[in-house]
Amino acid sequence: MTRMPEFPPVAAPRSAVGAPLPHDSAARHVAGAAAYIDDLDEPAGTLHVAPGWCREVTRGRLLKVDLDAVRAHPGVVAVLTAADVPAVNDCSPSIGGDPVFAESEIQFWGQVVFAVVATSRASARAAARLAVFEVEAEKPAITVFDALDRGSDVLPPYEFRKGDAGAAIAAAPCRFADGLAIGGQEHFYLEGQIAFAHPREGDEILVLSSTQHPTEIQHVVARVLGLSDAAIVCECRRMGGGFGGKESQATQWAVIAALAARITGRSVKLRLDRDDDMVMTGKRHDFRVDWRVGTDETGRILGVDVDFLARCGASADLSQGVVDRTMFHADNAYDYPAARIATRRLLTDTVSATAFRGFGGPQGMLFAERMIDAVALRLGRDPLDVRKANFYPSVDAANHGVTPYGQVVDDCVLPDLVAALEQSSDYRARVAAIDAFNASSPILRRGIALTPIKFGISFTLTHLNQAGALVNVYSDGSVTVNHGGTEMGQGLYVKVAQVVAEVFAIPVAQVRITATTTGKVPNTAPTAASSGSDLNGMAAQIAAEEIRDRMAVVVAHLLGGEPRAVTFAGGRARLGDRDLSFADVARQCTLARVSLSATGFYSTPDITWDRAEAHGRPFYYYAYGAACSEVVIDTLTGEMRVLRVDILHDVGRSLNPAIDLGQIEGGFVQGLGWLTTEELVWDSRGRLRTHAPSTYKIPTAFDVPADFRVALWEDGGNRVASVHRSKAVGEPPVMLAISVHSAILRAIASLAPGVVPPLEAPATPEAILAAVRAVKHPVEGAPA
Amino acid sequence: MTVRRSIRYLSKGRVIEVADFAPTATLLDHLRLERRLVGTKEGCAEGDCGACTVALGRLVDGRLVYEPINACIRLLGTVDGCEVVTIEDLAEGGVLHPLQQAMVRRHASQCGFCTPGIVMSLFTLYATPGRHDRDAVIDRLSGNLCRCTGYRPIVDAALEACDARPDQRPDDLFAAHAAATAVALAGLTDAAAVFVGDETRFFAAPHRLDTLADILEACPDATLVAGATDVGLWITKAGRDLPRIVHLGRIAGLDRIEETAEGLSIGATVSLAAAAERLAAWDPDLAHLFRRIGSVQVRASGTLGGNIANGSPIGDSPPALIALDASLELWGGGTLRQIPLERFFLAYGRQDRRPGEIVTRVVVPRLEAHHAFRAYKIAKRHDQDISSVMAALRLTLDGDRITEARLAFGGMAGTPMRAAGAEAALVGASLRSAGGWRPALDALRGDFTPLTDMRASADYRMEAAVGLLGRALAEIAGTPSHKTRVFGLREEVGHDAHA
Repeated sequence: MTRMPEFPPVAAPRSAVGAPLPHDSAARHVAGAAAYIDDLDEPAGTLHVAPGWCREVTRGRLLKVDLDAVRAHPGVVAVLTAADVPAVNDCSPSIGGDPVFAESEIQFWGQVVFAVVATSRASARAAARLAVFEVEAEKPAITVFDALDRGSDVLPPYEFRKGDAGAAIAAAPCRFADGLAIGGQEHFYLEGQIAFAHPREGDEILVLSSTQHPTEIQHVVARVLGLSDAAIVCECRRMGGGFGGKESQATQWAVIAALAARITGRSVKLRLDRDDDMVMTGKRHDFRVDWRVGTDETGRILGVDVDFLARCGASADLSQGVVDRTMFHADNAYDYPAARIATRRLLTDTVSATAFRGFGGPQGMLFAERMIDAVALRLGRDPLDVRKANFYPSVDAANHGVTPYGQVVDDCVLPDLVAALEQSSDYRARVAAIDAFNASSPILRRGIALTPIKFGISFTLTHLNQAGALVNVYSDGSVTVNHGGTEMGQGLYVKVAQVVAEVFAIPVAQVRITATTTGKVPNTAPTAASSGSDLNGMAAQIAAEEIRDRMAVVVAHLLGGEPRAVTFAGGRARLGDRDLSFADVARQCTLARVSLSATGFYSTPDITWDRAEAHGRPFYYYAYGAACSEVVIDTLTGEMRVLRVDILHDVGRSLNPAIDLGQIEGGFVQGLGWLTTEELVWDSRGRLRTHAPSTYKIPTAFDVPADFRVALWEDGGNRVASVHRSKAVGEPPVMLAISVHSAILRAIASLAPGVVPPLEAPATPEAILAAVRAVKHPVEGAPA
Repeated sequence: MTVRRSIRYLSKGRVIEVADFAPTATLLDHLRLERRLVGTKEGCAEGDCGACTVALGRLVDGRLVYEPINACIRLLGTVDGCEVVTIEDLAEGGVLHPLQQAMVRRHASQCGFCTPGIVMSLFTLYATPGRHDRDAVIDRLSGNLCRCTGYRPIVDAALEACDARPDQRPDDLFAAHAAATAVALAGLTDAAAVFVGDETRFFAAPHRLDTLADILEACPDATLVAGATDVGLWITKAGRDLPRIVHLGRIAGLDRIEETAEGLSIGATVSLAAAAERLAAWDPDLAHLFRRIGSVQVRASGTLGGNIANGSPIGDSPPALIALDASLELWGGGTLRQIPLERFFLAYGRQDRRPGEIVTRVVVPRLEAHHAFRAYKIAKRHDQDISSVMAALRLTLDGDRITEARLAFGGMAGTPMRAAGAEAALVGASLRSAGGWRPALDALRGDFTPLTDMRASADYRMEAAVGLLGRALAEIAGTPSHKTRVFGLREEVGHDAHA
């Protein structure tokens, strides 16, 4: 059923696909030999750029910028402003609104106004602080409520409707309503934003960027500079973490570096200081959610009505897709007979919120799980029983459920998966033990929760579901593979290499993985939406199979026989009782003047999405999982500790169980941070106060429970023809951490049975203590 | 007096001499930009992420000791006389160090950017004699952030490499060369004053107090540094130009810890790690508190004297030391004076340190049998976070009766401060029933008017402070700490107490 995280060392795996191979760069990582952009040699005369911004103002009209002192600073070569942009002063990934340099208006605290180009990084950064701004300050809108007051939406409101939710709730035997504030999250990739631009022949520029989206960098650099796409090449060997923070947010820095290279004719590097990075780049959207639900006496949901207020910041960026995905996951695993899921996308004078692992899904799911917990607490039922009563029917049920956006859920493995986890985590016995503990523990309280996830796999912007790959076999039998996917630590490169090695039946070590570049594979999608291996693995497989089929013809000709009778196994091509080594085959192909290079192209089949009608099948399939977490809280201080976590996560048939396990554990811990220690604080003037790791706290090793049991669920495989029937695993595990938040809620709820604690996210000690005090000392007249 | 116009450190058995560097030059920029050793990464440039961790080898009582430090905020001049081990040094002849092999085997890297720093932190554990359990590994990783893996495989790799019995742990290159390294380091030890630069811009590391006095008389505005775990950020984050830097680390005697009649005397340049080792033996709460100050890297560089002298309202050691009735010795202008520590903190950002004066030592009276001591820190994160509230108290008991109370809090005012009202309410109170101490909890509300900032609201700070005082009194009255805390338990029950 499950595979535990102990992997025996595999010397020569029988098969490339499915082997727990290490990350392709593992040995280089541990030796400090894996080069990131800042580590590369700098050509003589390399210049450095630092962005300049106005620290005093959050929003206002820019009257004058005095850059004399900046220009006069030793080492400064050039100062760039909007006036220096040759073509379009915008680096938006979507509908515009993201100026490279502010022109007449400052829209948020941290917006770039100019850039200093200098002979050293230190000189550029020091000079960037010397500008004198004259700004007519305006009162900024910081929160979603400020934006509502002002009536500012960055994108139109949008909603899903299934049946008549209002009527269903009105007619329900039990009705509940509540609200929840959900915080955002800083990506905190360890390698900050960086780009290195090199002028090449004529107007050509090579841009090295730490980006999840080289194609977008290429296209936007061309757009801003008024050059053709073909003049620009963007390359990325590896990122030191991305997590969505380098999907659209890497672009501005690449554009500024390229502009500086164009103007000075020299190589130019821009590496953001960590504080600038945290101030200037977008984060996960924060939300205010208000909901009503009607249920029967057992907690079976009859109707749901929910309003999400998303703080999108100063521009649209990727907010349409992000907030849509919140809506797509507002049902999580639950079959709502009737639902209204409504969203406002609010424009605030804060840095534009952006993609972050889960892409809006986590916020939708956190709402769903809170609603279920509230129903269970009010009805006095075990939350797991209420969850199970509302699951979408199982894959083998007679009738499948339909989501509020019209997709039939025909691959739901949750009933089996959750039953397995309920048993392996010993959930029921632990609930009883915790109840007994709490009954005799006035200060400390424990809680446990087992929560499921269902995550839709595919870009909901349908055209992004495409990928290209280039496979070259050389005459000695060595292979290079290149594809549009980028490596940010998630192990995409080794997975794709495994897929290619499997096609040729050669050792994975014989397949060389090369940097992602727009010069080899054009017009690619970002490496996002968990789709990296689904899309690029398939494209590479198609390319490799094309070459293998050509090889089979050559082999058949040489050995005498039919091409389709040629088999590839163990590094050899076999026909009848004769065989050739893979290298011999490659050499023979060259002699026979047969091409050993092929491109592969893949587009996800069977997906449709009509956004105007809010109906279709946006997702090729769903990935599932569940986690059971136990916590203890201190009701005097709000301090909390996670005691044990059990996870069972659906990976289809894993391409690489070691890599998948890493994604699950890492995703869970990142979600744990989002929901507990990671608090973004803006002051009343709209200044981010938590812009460094000294004030913004991602989890450390201490925060991960010693008792952390993770297993892969491979029983279900994948009903659709994904690459080797695997399932995407990049984002879904983040949401397994909702179990921790839910367990904290239950620990607090033990203080006052039947009362739903007003626990916000993240559950910092302060948030926990506030919820504890609220249930201990309920305000007169507040809803019980 | 001998003056040396360069600094020297050991790297792969070679002496590197640097005679021309800016006083504010960091070790990280020296490694990456000058020596092009780019395996060491910059993640945050403020000593909080650990990506820049390198190991510093020093002789301590003749024994070679490796400690992890944050190269990003460590001033280059302050590594004089040390061995600097970077990630490039670990693999020998293309063969990975046992620790690196374990990291690969356990799939302990994903994006790889934090990995060199993590390997270096763990290398210092590998190089520390003895077996190292999970708690030791977690502590050793307290200053290293990883955003990808969730740490589990890193901890497993560390245990695989470091938890073996010492006789089963393969000698690495460094253990094999330890004797030669010790000799080389001894060779770098001299009695010279280091002075690099000219009178307008310099890095100075005097070796004697009188030399220091001369420098301070000539340049009263010079910046004093010990570990530079705070001053480093003035340079990397505030962008301040500090043209004249005086490092105290070479001054003989300032690094001494001694038992005296008044108590434990801790010299100003004693590292937080070394101070913690001594104080931890007094009370489990002191052990737990010091383990939560900064990270292993910060405690290896940072000093107790610096933690006090920089006067932060949220410095974590002062409340505990004030509760212990510690005093501070200051020296300057040829005079020595000793004041109660609590009187040193005058107001936010203002301390009772006169121009040209330095902190020379802290004297901490010992805990006696009739004392009860507790210290707690509240922060958003357990490890390497700055407290939102710190509480420490020492009660003097006569049976169940409290005869003296010293309650000190951090994060509740512009300085670390005693709770006068609550102290008064406790004197004479009985521990026998909660009713006896209830008035102190109410009195505490009148003692402070805390502020709201990004770490916590004023309201939370007050509630938590009251909660902590209540917890302390309940514990001292006999409630075991596994019923009152979620971590840092006093009983020898390990981390399974709640399981």
